[in-house]
Amino acid sequence: MTDLPADTEKKLGLVIDLDVCVGCHACVINCKEWNTGGYGAPLADADAYGDAPSGAFLNRIHTFEVKPETGPATVVHFPKSCLHCEDAPCVTVCPTGASFKRVEDGIVLVEEDWCIGCGLCAWACPYGAREMDPVEQVMKKCTLCVDRIYNENLPEIDREPACVRTCPAKARHFGDLGDPGSEVSQLVAERGGYDLMPEQGTKPVNKYLPPRSKQDLSTPIPEGPGNLAALAEPVATGFLGWIDRALERL
Amino acid sequence: MHPAYSVIFFTVSSGAGFGLLAWLGLGPFFGARLDGAFGWAGFVLAFVLAAAGLLSSTAHLGHPERAWQALTQWRSSWLSREGVLAIATLGVGGIYALGALFFGGASLILGLALTALALATVYATGMIYAQLRTVQRWSTSLTTACYLCFALAGGALLMGVLHALFAPGATFVFIWIGVILLAAAWGAKLLWWRRGDAAAPLSTPESATGLGHLGRVRLFESPHTSENYLLKEMGYAIARKHRDKLRMLAALLGGAAPAVALLLALAIPAPALLLTLAALSHLAGMLAERWLFFAEAEHAVTTFYDRRAADRSAA
Repeated sequence: MTDLPADTEKKLGLVIDLDVCVGCHACVINCKEWNTGGYGAPLADADAYGDAPSGAFLNRIHTFEVKPETGPATVVHFPKSCLHCEDAPCVTVCPTGASFKRVEDGIVLVEEDWCIGCGLCAWACPYGAREMDPVEQVMKKCTLCVDRIYNENLPEIDREPACVRTCPAKARHFGDLGDPGSEVSQLVAERGGYDLMPEQGTKPVNKYLPPRSKQDLSTPIPEGPGNLAALAEPVATGFLGWIDRALERL
Repeated sequence: MHPAYSVIFFTVSSGAGFGLLAWLGLGPFFGARLDGAFGWAGFVLAFVLAAAGLLSSTAHLGHPERAWQALTQWRSSWLSREGVLAIATLGVGGIYALGALFFGGASLILGLALTALALATVYATGMIYAQLRTVQRWSTSLTTACYLCFALAGGALLMGVLHALFAPGATFVFIWIGVILLAAAWGAKLLWWRRGDAAAPLSTPESATGLGHLGRVRLFESPHTSENYLLKEMGYAIARKHRDKLRMLAALLGGAAPAVALLLALAIPAPALLLTLAALSHLAGMLAERWLFFAEAEHAVTTFYDRRAADRSAA
């Protein structure tokens, strides 16, 4: 049934640190790679080597410019994938029961064999987290790497979502956001983690950590030594120092 | 939103078909006989319109062969409810039509059930769109009001044609009902347009990114270099000047022209041709109205792609 569970035992999700993300898109690539061989149908592309390539991705990195009233603009790299919402509108609109939210961990999944490819769930999602597979014609979405996180065939260090595992900047964190003592919940509490589009009433599980405030560029740089080049001049001592001083005197 | 032709045809054709069934269901209540040429023409037309629309709606599915599974989630999904109600309406309508055409009379009870089911089906169609908070233009009870009024108006126009051809006595009744419902439907549509044009956006690039406290947010680098599913499906945009012209065309063909034709038909002795033209004009106008319904609807996900061109930066 595409009714949402009243509550889930865990709320597994991601915490994404916008202060740290460098916009390298490594998580996009590793996500695509893992999900092409993992859960469900391969994550396909259309016209991959042609003039107008397009394809299904479960994770996308936008880059935004944020311009304050005065002062310079900031550039923020912004990873975006399924937020595994508590009140997921994509689940309740599904006419076949293919979309569901798991009671045990809160992950929102698609049972691809039941999906008729009507696309209504993608319309219901405000975040653009669902994309139709161009080959299989079923809806694809982030599985939170359900086939990694419980996979005992993988070394324990790899039992986290591919995007988290691959992030070279450690901008992505994975854990149980329903447990206030978990590392991810602590991060959210410390850094003021927030929801995207709270006005849509979706109650996302994933949280975003805001960029830390940058140094105010309008304040003058503190005084230092005037001529930095002089500091690099070698100071000769001993016999060489005597020659140096003698030559200076000539 | 991308205006898919299969869905546009579905909502227009099924809307008119279920609207006609709703009026046919009321026949016995008003003592009308639904047998002979009138009954045959009415039921065949209604079933063909409704069924053609429903079949067309499966054309936009990725897996039409699995469409039957869409009947299972009626407890939570409006799309599922619509499918279940449509089939129930056609089933009850079929039994009702058999009674009227072959067994000497239409059942009053079945007729009222048919009317209720046909209207519930159209309501469910409207709710598929009205339930989506992500599409602010659709997210209003005016959406369902428009769907219901347009379906009933289309059905009344077709009833007028059927009466003029086969049972002219009551033609004038459906002419007046048609005029009143056209006025109601386009009144609701006008309010719907006004609400959609005036509303401040529910979601903005600032609320989408949560970075509004730092300043104005605009997309600097797109996440992908070519089109993707999201932009094709939900990023469809129509220029305002084209939109205004199409609105005029839809209202003219779908409302003003048929209303004038209906009133003229009151004055002439054999109005069947004029009423047929009015109904066809209305349906053509509805295709334009429904195309716009999708094309001018903005989806929340486009806030993530908002480059904020010069004309919007002043706002």
